[in-house]
Amino acid sequence: MSMGAVGLVALGLCGLTVLLSCVRLVRGPSFADRMVALDLLSAVAVGVTAAWAVLSNQAVYLDVALLVALVAFLAGVAMARYLEGGEEK
Amino acid sequence: MAGLFLILGATFMLVAAIGLLRLPDLLLRMSATAKAATLGAALMVLGASLHFGTMALLARAAVIILFLFMTAPVAAHMIGRAGYRRGAPLWDGTLTDEAQDHLRERPPDDTIPLS
Repeated sequence: MSMGAVGLVALGLCGLTVLLSCVRLVRGPSFADRMVALDLLSAVAVGVTAAWAVLSNQAVYLDVALLVALVAFLAGVAMARYLEGGEEK
Repeated sequence: MAGLFLILGATFMLVAAIGLLRLPDLLLRMSATAKAATLGAALMVLGASLHFGTMALLARAAVIILFLFMTAPVAAHMIGRAGYRRGAPLWDGTLTDEAQDHLRERPPDDTIPLS
């Protein structure tokens, strides 16, 4: 199997993952459930960036993956703080 | 080898999404995504760096994976605690809920004693 085909299969699996987590994102009974789905989507974004690095044969996309992981972590923490509410201590 | 890691990582993320869809309550869903999706992303990054195969990219992948493994538990813990504190219902089959007296009822300000 060539590397391009492998990259395409990986991207397809990631697409299926995005579809399934979007179902939870729409349905999820509470805000926290939607946040968990968004967390999974951010992990998928890191994976898609890695697969795209292979497909396009451009190593720079690994740096993009690192940045996506960083921003996703900050976003998750910020949303968790927002959900938890409460006043400044 | 690189392709194997890429497909394996994508499969782990698909398994995480199935768990997210089918498990019964917030904390169980979170335990599925926090572990399987992080492992999947790490495997895919490792596969991509193996595809290029240079030492610099392997080191970069090691940094990304280390970062993922350090931050994913923190983010999952914060989301889970926030959801639990806001009263997310637990699964009927839950056996113990030891944090109930400590986290559930009090307002957020009282959880850390000042003196």
